[in-house]
Amino acid sequence: MSAGHRLLGAIDVVVTDVVELNPEVKRFHFARPDGQPLPAFSGGAHIVIEMKDGDVTRRTPYSLSSSPFETDDYQVSIRRDDNGRGGSLYMHRSVTPGMAMTISHPSNLFSLDKRATRHLMLTGGIGITPFLAQTAQLIRTGGEFEVHYGFRSHDVAAYVDELTARIGHRLHCYADDQGQRIDYDRLLSSQPAGTHVYVCGPTPMIDLVLSKAKEHGWPDAHVHFEHFAKAPPGEAFTVELKASGITIAVGEEQSLLEAIEAAGVDAPYMCRGGACGQCETAVVEYDGELLHSDHWLEDEERSAGQKIMPCVSRFRGKRLVLDL
Amino acid sequence: MSSRIVPTILSRPVYGTLTPTTASAHLLIADADGGTAILDLAKAAPAGFFDSAEVCYVPGADADFSDELQQLSPRQFHTSPTIQALLPRLSRTFERLHMGTSVYLAGSESLIGLATQSAMQAGLDYQALQTEHRGTLARRVQCVHCKGTTENVTTQPAECAHCGLLLFVRDHYSRRLAAFQGVNINAEDPTDVPPKIEEFT
Amino acid sequence: MATPAASLPFRDETFRDDFTFRNSPETVLRAPFPFDKDSYMYAVNMELHKDGRPGTAFEEPIDVDEHYVSEMRDRALVLDEDPLRCQSLPHMTLAGWDTLELLMTCKAESYPEWFSLERNGDQWRWINRPLGIDDTFTFGDETTLPYGPLEYITRQAQGDFCVLDERQGNFWMDAGIVTTQADWSLDFDIGMNFFEWHAPVPLAHEKGIFKRALKYLLSIQQGNPARRLNWTMTVNPRLDTSPENYHQWGPENTHITPENVGDKLYLRIELQSFWRLPRSNALLFPIRCYLLSMHDLTTVPKWATRMHRVLKDLPDEIASYKGLDNYRQIAIDYLAPYDDGKPTSKGPFPD
Repeated sequence: MSAGHRLLGAIDVVVTDVVELNPEVKRFHFARPDGQPLPAFSGGAHIVIEMKDGDVTRRTPYSLSSSPFETDDYQVSIRRDDNGRGGSLYMHRSVTPGMAMTISHPSNLFSLDKRATRHLMLTGGIGITPFLAQTAQLIRTGGEFEVHYGFRSHDVAAYVDELTARIGHRLHCYADDQGQRIDYDRLLSSQPAGTHVYVCGPTPMIDLVLSKAKEHGWPDAHVHFEHFAKAPPGEAFTVELKASGITIAVGEEQSLLEAIEAAGVDAPYMCRGGACGQCETAVVEYDGELLHSDHWLEDEERSAGQKIMPCVSRFRGKRLVLDL
Repeated sequence: MSSRIVPTILSRPVYGTLTPTTASAHLLIADADGGTAILDLAKAAPAGFFDSAEVCYVPGADADFSDELQQLSPRQFHTSPTIQALLPRLSRTFERLHMGTSVYLAGSESLIGLATQSAMQAGLDYQALQTEHRGTLARRVQCVHCKGTTENVTTQPAECAHCGLLLFVRDHYSRRLAAFQGVNINAEDPTDVPPKIEEFT
Repeated sequence: MATPAASLPFRDETFRDDFTFRNSPETVLRAPFPFDKDSYMYAVNMELHKDGRPGTAFEEPIDVDEHYVSEMRDRALVLDEDPLRCQSLPHMTLAGWDTLELLMTCKAESYPEWFSLERNGDQWRWINRPLGIDDTFTFGDETTLPYGPLEYITRQAQGDFCVLDERQGNFWMDAGIVTTQADWSLDFDIGMNFFEWHAPVPLAHEKGIFKRALKYLLSIQQGNPARRLNWTMTVNPRLDTSPENYHQWGPENTHITPENVGDKLYLRIELQSFWRLPRSNALLFPIRCYLLSMHDLTTVPKWATRMHRVLKDLPDEIASYKGLDNYRQIAIDYLAPYDDGKPTSKGPFPD
């Protein structure tokens, strides 16, 4: 089976370490095989990791959690998701030190607004990872910030100790099992002019912060969120690519975009998480149901049925034809 | 009354209609006819709106709504004789503002532009501000040649108050400078002096 | 500024007053001629900026040519007269360091005989032999350089440089150095977003050009720069055709005659490239200017033919926006004898 096109801006790396932070989270370290530095990046950036799992090639984005100024060692922290398409399970079970892998150049869809007089960071669970890099960047370049970090219990709070050591009193922790909750109303009503708020965490948390921010009169330009959708697994289906004149099969644990790439067809993409809009593709015709999972298309666009984001969305039905 | 501003090129600002928000605090800034935009907003505002509102107003020679505005009983009411005189206070007011305070700007483009500039210097994004144009179309114009800014330009072309060059006043607008761009209109032939037309009144 | 060693292949010439600028025949042939067919209309003509064709201005990612030293001398003169030509809003310093790293790295790799960079952690040593510079500094520490990082390195790089901050799905021109521009003002446009600074361009907004261009630019990732070409025309080989000094150079627009058009009227080509910067996530937008006189064009028959056809068929709004009205017909008449009416070969390169 074809592995598809080489990843855009691909970098060959070797896994230098795998650290189990708790029963759910492992941290993976990457370096160049020749020891040369990896590209510098900006806090909030992600890389796409290519996973060759038997016949399936998965390409999944993960936030870089290491310091943007330490380019000898890229780090990502991955929570095991037993109900996902298998990417995190593959990373947890099959990736070991010494393995050769391919990653993309870093790109950033969750950048700090460098005009901010102050950065208020709100996060839950594994959503802490981009803030690890961003706080490292702010410590180096200067900038006021505080982090409010919620988690189920201290057993699964992967980065409390490390962050406490690095940022001290600027870290505020909230453990669910001790009845502690982030007080969004207080935080969002007491920030000085020029503050920007950032949220990364589970979808309900993001939705709550966005609605609270609106309620408290925050302008959109001061509110930032990282909303990676995961490409969900689903039923297998086939799709006709009109311009290429081929019909391809999409497997249960394969995304539509991965299947297109595996067929050797060039499709644009960037985030692979339904957020950036780059892979927007025209639907020529369909008979069935488009299963949208992205955060990009407007509601009207979804109901119009003329566009799909192949990085995360799927299809169920008789026939789907894409303009690719 | 609606603004007479016609959208032209994309850098030319367009303005909306002030709408009361449910924020916990409000800052309203207006000059001359802009006072009527606040009075119109007051008709739609919920009870108690002005208890948490500060109003800063620059009365115009022919348009002074100070009394009517004061009757709204805002928590704080302040008048300044000119926009320039208001700016130092505004700068401090924006610095002390909390995120979530609604900011409303109404009146001349000079007032809206200079207040926006002040807010941006305090770290607020310009898109966080509600604006409504009322009254004069007079422009602030930066001479691209000498960099001086001429206030209250009403004619096309207009003379630069600093270097004296005759300027074509473009619709190209800089939020950072709170000014339209003026470019010498007769550089290729300085003896060709087109008549001035009252265009921005 | 030090005088370059005589052995280096850089011309000693001026872009003002006596205008001694000239292209060597080799430099004419390597120019990035902007028309790939016999007509012109705005288009999102982006392509990847890599795999440079040997013998062209695309060969190296950052091109250095025979005009380098004299162009840098002209830039220094402009900055002395008007320091507002280089500005950086406070949040753009990190992007300045990214720019410095990119330009130093590219030049040292492409032209090791002229430039070298030694990196030892944050301690960097930069040698620029054509300009006689040998500086050691701390990367990230502005106090160790004579200028801010953006100004320092772009005083040593041909072309204008805009640095665009990415926010809210748009690019904001928040820093730059602009001394070789086609009549636009950095001092006025700094802080504007992509649609605002392009606002004065006619026709292209209606055609959706800028929306599509922005989407393309937002997708540019580290390690995959892109480029496009743009053009206008200039009387005399003047690099600094700024609106600031328009009242001084504007009168020259009326000086073109059928007798002097060959040597006095120039096709002004902009090679624009777009680079994602690593630490700041900003986009670097260099605009490199190449000047070809009408006479230079006639030394490449395909180009003279094509220039003639483009000028003849150009929509009037575009001609006026580019400021060609005073001399467009004179140029058409001058080039007409070089147009044999036959089809030209595909692509922009000489036959």
